[in-house]
Amino acid sequence: MAEETITTDVVVIGAGPVGLFAVFELGLLDMKVHLIDILDRPGGQCAELYPEKPIYDIPGLPLVTGQDLTDRLMEQAAPFNPQFHFNEQVEEVEKQPDGSWLVKTDGGLTFNAKVIVIAAGGGSFQPKRPPIPGIEDYEGKSVFYAVKKMENFRGKKVLISGGGDSALDWTINLQPIVKSMALIHRRDGFRAAPASVNEMKKLAAEDKLKFLLGQVTKLHGANGQLEGVTIQDNDKKEFELEVDTLLPFFGLTMKLGPIANWGLNLHENLIPVDVEKFETSTPGIFAVGDINTYPGKLKLILSGFHEVALMAQQAFRYVHPDAKLTFQYTTSSTSLQKKLGVN
Amino acid sequence: MKINLIGADGTEQQLDAVEGWRVMEIIRDHGFPIIAECGGACACGTCQVEVDPTWQAKLHQPREDELDMLDQNYANEWSRLSCQLIFTPELDGLRLRISEVALADAA
Ligand SMILES: Cc1cc2nc3c(=O)[nH]c(=O)nc-3n(C[C@H](O)[C@H](O)[C@H](O)COP(=O)(O)OP(=O)(O)OC[C@H]3O[C@@H](n4cnc5c(N)ncnc54)[C@H](O)[C@@H]3O)c2cc1C
Ligand code: FES
Repeated sequence: MAEETITTDVVVIGAGPVGLFAVFELGLLDMKVHLIDILDRPGGQCAELYPEKPIYDIPGLPLVTGQDLTDRLMEQAAPFNPQFHFNEQVEEVEKQPDGSWLVKTDGGLTFNAKVIVIAAGGGSFQPKRPPIPGIEDYEGKSVFYAVKKMENFRGKKVLISGGGDSALDWTINLQPIVKSMALIHRRDGFRAAPASVNEMKKLAAEDKLKFLLGQVTKLHGANGQLEGVTIQDNDKKEFELEVDTLLPFFGLTMKLGPIANWGLNLHENLIPVDVEKFETSTPGIFAVGDINTYPGKLKLILSGFHEVALMAQQAFRYVHPDAKLTFQYTTSSTSLQKKLGVN
Repeated sequence: MKINLIGADGTEQQLDAVEGWRVMEIIRDHGFPIIAECGGACACGTCQVEVDPTWQAKLHQPREDELDMLDQNYANEWSRLSCQLIFTPELDGLRLRISEVALADAA
């Protein structure tokens, strides 16, 4: 039996800046929101791709970094008590006889919502696959892009590839339990905490792990089980290394993912919407932010903010069909201020 | 001013280059498959090119953020991010190819 179904007014798919501001606009109109994101934290591209880079075109904030903007949007959404479900990818949406929607994730969560808002940006963030021929055959068996349970690697001959925090952290954390550990990176420079780099080098000096310069060019094995790899060093010399597990950590990239299977009209991997309600070809499903397209669309955070304000008006009609919608300002409406907890 | 772009089949094409433009923009403007997802912010790595060894000395050294992004995109010793190369008259005739990783991203 599946776990209990979570019932809510709105499910927002994607917790990027636009999904976060959708919580605010929906909240002002009395709609409760659950957000789902495959990342482990909010902010979408802002948090994942450029947390420290400045953004200069958010109205009223002459300079704000990707992470700061995320933090402020979280603060702004907080009065509406949004419920976040991270590390979950939405796989399926299914219409119910009563007109509501079932939303299912890869982690086994099920939601029942009156409205779905797709704020999926450029799609799900997925690990980058290194261009090593045939690597697909080993994925999930002896090549992994994440460590879910450390125990699975006990006693293994592990090779980790990459130069960022994930690569360094897992090299250090798995080293005590594996049979052999090697780290390979294309240069002796890292995008990781200096303390981790020092720790890794100390372990290498003590012969507790190997640090190699170069790149993996071939995989050897059978039936998905890795037996060794060919490595090309920076002088173009090739040599082999006996390993049974490879963990490549090359960062994340965005892929449209399961959205393509939800029966929505798509145009070049984007979802066409109208410019009045930002609704898709399927009534009750909206698309806002980078994932949508319409004449004149600009992939700007600013545009996404505008879109969610208009979207919320129509979403209200699905969620509260009998209620009357009155237009109000946050400056002067006591009822809005009560919702925001400022009055 | 020109950029010589080597195609997957080895044939070369001359692209009109404009001073002050990013090499990425010049390649993209000519309709070649380079997605440059982040628009030149050095945050995606999908604009990777391999620059002819004889031209390497004419390029500025990559900054730390370019090196980081190259690390994440299976770069080789000739690789650069074309969005980090601003075209100047000294680069007239620059010879390069779009890297296989970038071609795979765009496919
Ligand atoms: C380097 C860089 C600089 C930029 N600078 C600016 C700027 O200065 N000004 C500006 O306005 N814009 C800028 N942008 C663009 C801006 O970041 C985007 O417009 C914005 O992030 C779009 O927000 P979003 O919420 O629509 O989507 P995103 O931020 O892409 O978030 C979408 C989220 O949805 C999740 N998701 C997708 N599908 C699923 C699924 N099936 N299940 C679970 N989760 C899913 C993704 O994992 C992601 O976290 C920049 C972008 C980059 C890369
Ligand atoms: S365009 Fe994204 S790194 Fe060059």
